[in-house]
Amino acid sequence: MTIDWTSFTPWTALAGGMLIGLAAGLFAVLNGRIAGISGVLGGLLRPVRGDLGWRAAFIGGLVLAPVAYALVAPVPLPVIGAGPGTLVLAGLLVGFGTRLGSGCTSGHGVCGMSRLSLRSLVATAAFMGAGFVTVFMVRHVLGA
Amino acid sequence: MAQIASFVAGLVFGLGLLVSGMASPAKVLGFLDIAGRWDPSLALVMGGAVLVGLFAFRLAQRRPLSVLGLPMRLPEDRRTIDRRLVAGGLLFGAGWGLAGFCPGPALVALGTGSLQAVLFVVAMLAGMGLYELQTTLRARSTAVAPSR
Repeated sequence: MTIDWTSFTPWTALAGGMLIGLAAGLFAVLNGRIAGISGVLGGLLRPVRGDLGWRAAFIGGLVLAPVAYALVAPVPLPVIGAGPGTLVLAGLLVGFGTRLGSGCTSGHGVCGMSRLSLRSLVATAAFMGAGFVTVFMVRHVLGA
Repeated sequence: MAQIASFVAGLVFGLGLLVSGMASPAKVLGFLDIAGRWDPSLALVMGGAVLVGLFAFRLAQRRPLSVLGLPMRLPEDRRTIDRRLVAGGLLFGAGWGLAGFCPGPALVALGTGSLQAVLFVVAMLAGMGLYELQTTLRARSTAVAPSR
């Protein structure tokens, strides 16, 4: 293992992480819910009366974050290497997998681990493990 | 009021993803590539989030109602480990490793106007829709099947 010191950004990572924890914690204290993005988004696909407003508002906040960020500093644009086919396959897997496993990086990774949930720890280990293996296969075995 | 709190939570969450660099797939893939030049940043993002989360969720879990007077909807079950949980995690992880996107960062990237993020989010919604379809069909087939 070689650490990429030029890309490593410990302070912004920690600060950004704390903002994420603050957002998830605020949401739990104020709204009594888990800020799991896949769950919030997935719930929009099976509409229940009176349950759509807060979901849409949360997603709206996420999508508009770059607009708010732009008021202070230039927005760091996402660097996306994957081609269209890979993006579609990845999207299908992420969509189906997060609903089957009841959560993603936010729901299981951030909220679940903060709640000391064993279930979420196992889910996080599963998706992290699969992520490591997939990147290893793509970059070092297939050499894409 | 609940809507405003939701919006603010989403906004702060998104700002956290932008500040931490995790709204960018290249940065996420740098973390997932342990055999290459490894960027440990994501571990600190998780660490920072859980550090704050530990305090906030302790406060939340003690309350019978939320501060805004809503019922607490934090999942009771913290122990059940079944095939769905693990299989879902593995499928999600494979997709995450392919493109470097998970749901939150993909929605933030959508807000930067990225067409690739649009494609990913549409596919992600389709994947979620497929799951809904599959559960509906399964529920219907068990309802129709004669009871044994």
